[in-house]
Amino acid sequence: MDIHEYQAKSLLSEYGVPIATGGLAYSPEQAAYRAKEIGGDKWVVKAQIHSGARGKAGGIKVCEDENEVWEAADDLLGRRLVTNQTGPGGKGVYRLYIEPVVPFDRELYLSMVLDRQTERIVLVMSGSGGVEIEELAETDPNAIVRIHIEPAVGLQGFQAREAAFACGLDAGLIAQAETLLLGAYRAFRDLDATLLEVNPLVVTEEGRLLALDAKMSFDDNALFRHQNVSELRDKSQEDPREMNAADRGLSYVGLDGNIGCIINGAGLAMATMDMIKHSGGEPANFLDIGGGASPERVAKAFKLVLSDDRVEAILVNIFAGINRCDWVAEGVVKALTELDVKVPVVVRLSGTNVEEGRRILDESDVDLITAETLAEAGEKSVAAVSWEAN
Amino acid sequence: MSIVVDEKTPVIVQGFTGRMGTFHAEEMIEYGTNVVGGIAPGKSGSDHLGLPVFDTVRDAVNETGAEASIVFVPPPFAADAIMEAADAGIGQCVCITDGIPAQDMMKVKRFMRTKRVEKRMTLMGPNCAGVISPGKALLGIMPGHIYLQGPVGIIGRSGTLGYEAASQLKSMGIGVSTSVGIGGDPINGSSFTDHLKSFEQDPETSLVCIIGEIGGPQEAQAAQFARDHMHKKVVAYIAGLSAPKGRTMGHAGAIVTGVGESAAEKIEIMRDHGITVVERPSDFGEVIARLL
Repeated sequence: MDIHEYQAKSLLSEYGVPIATGGLAYSPEQAAYRAKEIGGDKWVVKAQIHSGARGKAGGIKVCEDENEVWEAADDLLGRRLVTNQTGPGGKGVYRLYIEPVVPFDRELYLSMVLDRQTERIVLVMSGSGGVEIEELAETDPNAIVRIHIEPAVGLQGFQAREAAFACGLDAGLIAQAETLLLGAYRAFRDLDATLLEVNPLVVTEEGRLLALDAKMSFDDNALFRHQNVSELRDKSQEDPREMNAADRGLSYVGLDGNIGCIINGAGLAMATMDMIKHSGGEPANFLDIGGGASPERVAKAFKLVLSDDRVEAILVNIFAGINRCDWVAEGVVKALTELDVKVPVVVRLSGTNVEEGRRILDESDVDLITAETLAEAGEKSVAAVSWEAN
Repeated sequence: MSIVVDEKTPVIVQGFTGRMGTFHAEEMIEYGTNVVGGIAPGKSGSDHLGLPVFDTVRDAVNETGAEASIVFVPPPFAADAIMEAADAGIGQCVCITDGIPAQDMMKVKRFMRTKRVEKRMTLMGPNCAGVISPGKALLGIMPGHIYLQGPVGIIGRSGTLGYEAASQLKSMGIGVSTSVGIGGDPINGSSFTDHLKSFEQDPETSLVCIIGEIGGPQEAQAAQFARDHMHKKVVAYIAGLSAPKGRTMGHAGAIVTGVGESAAEKIEIMRDHGITVVERPSDFGEVIARLL
């Protein structure tokens, strides 16, 4: 689960990470009022969307008086911002975060991630901030410090100091950096984060460290023990179809093709999409209806896949293990009878009681194409689309 | 032989009296697995499916001599159950549970490493279909009838895609020595490489099939191990050619976040290390038949 910049900053500040005094605004009036509250003579108005690279997309505006703040807010609110991370649809701006402009001397990079290679949390830091870390990894890999954190004891002070010295921080800033890093680590660990990024972390002209931007993501599997994090979910930032699926216990990812997929099991779902590609087609979605594949789930899956207008054919591929194919077949027939499905449907069943399942499909009145093998399923679904197109 | 389990291995079920535990324990017993009891804290002294119930894994090990366990405990408590098994001296543990927090798994792995190597538990999963040694024992949730006994070892992340491969093999009359699920989570108990090592030593296995997917470094590590240390043939399929970057494809671990994690890159790494790649998921049977 992702959260907004202002939410990440608020969480981090509870753990001792220094942030600027900012304020949230839902309207231009609020934005102007917030600027006045904060004080000073220069503010930055930041669009709150679940994406980085907001600056390049015009989502961050520097303003010199309250009128400018009002104007900037009026311009941003309700807009959809397209960044290199959002996809072509962009993300809607419904919240703004107003902060004073803080003059700084230098920028650093700080992140923590779960490293699958070492199965540990790794602290990544660099003295060159404000740029994409992937870019830096290519141009100047030696400028990046990585510290793997032993899970039983957690991040130690000496490791934090090592990272801070390696970034070339002045001696006077090392104690501050140590407190900041230990706090950020505690936030990561206590809240079951999967990513924490502060880019840039700056040294202000007054000689203080400050998190100028912040991004956090959390482990969905651990949300059961963090109501305070679950509360921060912003559904306006999620794809409605994916959200709808997740709320019904289905795992759905929308793609650009035209062959809708209904499959049980994540691995088989990916493999079936690959099969469609090998057969010359493009899958419209990833959809795992779970190992069980009950008739109710099959029916829900049809509704979900059909809500995508681009879908011109549907491929159902179910491997019945614990369940039996005859039971799944009855579910498919029921769903097709009840729903008004206007696109061709290819069904491939395999596993337990497959003959009985195929007999039910063949003898039913509903219009569907059956396939025996995975290869046939791929070919027939691609053929169904081309046939419709002609 | 076979790896992980055979018909003699004494098995206990953690989460024995729950709905999932009960259903699959019955299936395992019917398949011929030597299930000797189960755990349900607070219910010791009672019987379930005609087998004794214990409060703790340690009691079960002391009373029955159990060597393997299978975990059907809900996600918030599953890491605890795995560590209990590791501490009680269980040698082989399968965890079926999907949805364990990643940081819990970090702790589990760390805890397992505190045991001496010869007493260290091997964990399969979490979020996997388990292990089957066809004709001998089932320590998992897969449908036993789709597997023939034979010379092919299978190591995979996914349940149903593994079934697909096994049934393609069966339709060509090819059998399986053992099929091991390592699970779809970002941090799993054991890796492709761990089981490649066991299959290399197993006289009944003559070829190993890796069924990988996008995300994580494990397939690449396995490729290197296979090239440098395996005498047996290894074939591999990597799922997720059409998966976009940065999106989780069902399995918590199936996400491309960095270099080398996409299906196309992993396939290239496999080829570079001399491993035969199954191009299309419909060709497991044909490719393996050709190499046997």
